[in-house]
Amino acid sequence: MTKTTTLSAPAPTAAAPDRKSRSRPTGRSPRSPRKRSSALLSKTGVTAMLGLAALYTLLPMLWLVLSSTKSRKDLFATNGFAPGKDFALFDNLSHLFQVDNGIYLRWLANTVLYAGVGALLATVFSVAAGYAFDKLAFPGKEKLFSFVLLGVMVPGTAMAIPLYLIAAKAGLVNTFWGVFVPGLVFPFGVYLARVFSAAYVPNEVLEAARMDGAGEFKAFCRIAFPMLAPAFVTIFLFQFTQIWNSFFLPLVMLSDKHLYPVNLGLYVWYSSALSQGHPQDYLLAVVGSLVSVAPLIVLFLMLQRYWKSGMTAGAVK
Amino acid sequence: MASLSARAQRRTAAMLLAPFFVLFSAVTVAPLLYAGWMSLFTTRTSGLGFGGTEEVFAGLDNYVRALSDPAFRDGFITIAAYVAIYIPVMIGGALALALLLDSALVKARAFFQLALFLPHAVPGLIAALIWVYLYTPGLSPVIGFLSAGGLDISFLSADNAVFSAANIAVWEWIGYNMVIFYAALQAVPGETLDAAKIDGAGGIRTALSIKVPMIRPAIALSVLFTVIGSVQLFTEPKVIYSASSSIGSSWTPNMYVQAAAFTHNDFGLAAAASLLIALFAAVLSFLVTRFSRSRSQA
Repeated sequence: MTKTTTLSAPAPTAAAPDRKSRSRPTGRSPRSPRKRSSALLSKTGVTAMLGLAALYTLLPMLWLVLSSTKSRKDLFATNGFAPGKDFALFDNLSHLFQVDNGIYLRWLANTVLYAGVGALLATVFSVAAGYAFDKLAFPGKEKLFSFVLLGVMVPGTAMAIPLYLIAAKAGLVNTFWGVFVPGLVFPFGVYLARVFSAAYVPNEVLEAARMDGAGEFKAFCRIAFPMLAPAFVTIFLFQFTQIWNSFFLPLVMLSDKHLYPVNLGLYVWYSSALSQGHPQDYLLAVVGSLVSVAPLIVLFLMLQRYWKSGMTAGAVK
Repeated sequence: MASLSARAQRRTAAMLLAPFFVLFSAVTVAPLLYAGWMSLFTTRTSGLGFGGTEEVFAGLDNYVRALSDPAFRDGFITIAAYVAIYIPVMIGGALALALLLDSALVKARAFFQLALFLPHAVPGLIAALIWVYLYTPGLSPVIGFLSAGGLDISFLSADNAVFSAANIAVWEWIGYNMVIFYAALQAVPGETLDAAKIDGAGGIRTALSIKVPMIRPAIALSVLFTVIGSVQLFTEPKVIYSASSSIGSSWTPNMYVQAAAFTHNDFGLAAAASLLIALFAAVLSFLVTRFSRSRSQA
């Protein structure tokens, strides 16, 4: 992979260029009868198809919300897409936060540490490295970068057992660090940071700073880093959700439930509800899922723009 | 002066790269090398059975054992069946939705983008939990609805598990890929589309013979990431397995690895199988990259 083919500038914003011109009627082609006869392409047809797809994506979430408001009896006795007889949301919530001495809150706090702090540090390291790859001259650059790309290719879950083995050797199995440290490394973030640095930080600005006698490190901290703020948010979001999503690694690494991220805790509740006949945990897993998903959805809605710029930067690779 | 600034750049580069590469060595390179080393040994209970175990050098024995174990190979067959359903449905669906969204006939474009994208904000484990509830007889409104229509489907049976797992993944990823394709469609030049219109091409014709070929690189990349993700399939089937053990504990390669390590305490085998999965994913991504590059250059 050469630099020119792998690195092209991402679309800096997700704003779509307005393409009004396309629907402007052209004088030469009056409405063709063929076009009108296509039922698939009528306004209603298109909207109906998209509406069906939206039902598919939204109904399971509606189920999660409705089920969280039901009593255990209603969970089984009433239709999943309709409200229950009793409104038990607040009972469910207080049970969720009290059960097992409030272990759920502990799990949430752990997750915020693993995903929040972990992704924050991972992003700082990624942006620093990506910037260095883009803007600084040093020997062996492309060779080193191919290691980064190799890191992108290594599938995350295939690392779980190797990480477990080396953590066992280092005495880090079943510790906070066993899950936290692997989250600090995000090769795709380095790749994205290099792409973003090429797009957002003009070389002239750096040249000017160098002329003024600013040191390289200072130029990075004071000039480039602020310019990379949108890239920072994007990379942070990617790694944050990746750590929040991770399941295999904490599953193999942790046995002390006080160290669990919320994902693993919910899984344990769900599987113990089935295997050890604790049907009360059934509802706990549902309510716990809703509570842990809600902040993610909010984050998502607030930061949509950054998401899209990261996704499309990946797509122009 | 020039050499001074070159030295300053080198020093700063080292400083900026060090944290990433130190950690990268610690949590990627070292574990892979160590797993490679471990995969060459096997644990043997020592002679008299007094509970002592010893590590014996086994060469490539663990790799041979993994590759000749039908359970491990069946995992890859599962993945193949899963990919055969999942990729056409998810990529095809995402593409169709992106084209519909791009077709200038849609109102509430922002709403649909958001609604379709939203499942991606739900962590995979929770998505799996929600769907497994929806697959559970007695709980699921979907099953009730279907059986009212005369269809009795057991979503959690071994026969249907591939479909059920694929559906969870479609739900999580279709909107994500749709947004990527839609963004790529925005970059198709308006003049090209105007020209097609003047030539009398209808909406569907334009979509299939102009828009789709022009965003082929984005599609190829999505397929690549989807294939790599599929090889790693673990969370969804793990949750399905805890609801219904009919699929078996080593239904996918990653489940096999986990069972080898923590049910059978066979870490040499687990390490070998992990590395085989990583290698398989790497080869696949290499092939897809090569394929898509030669196609897009043609």
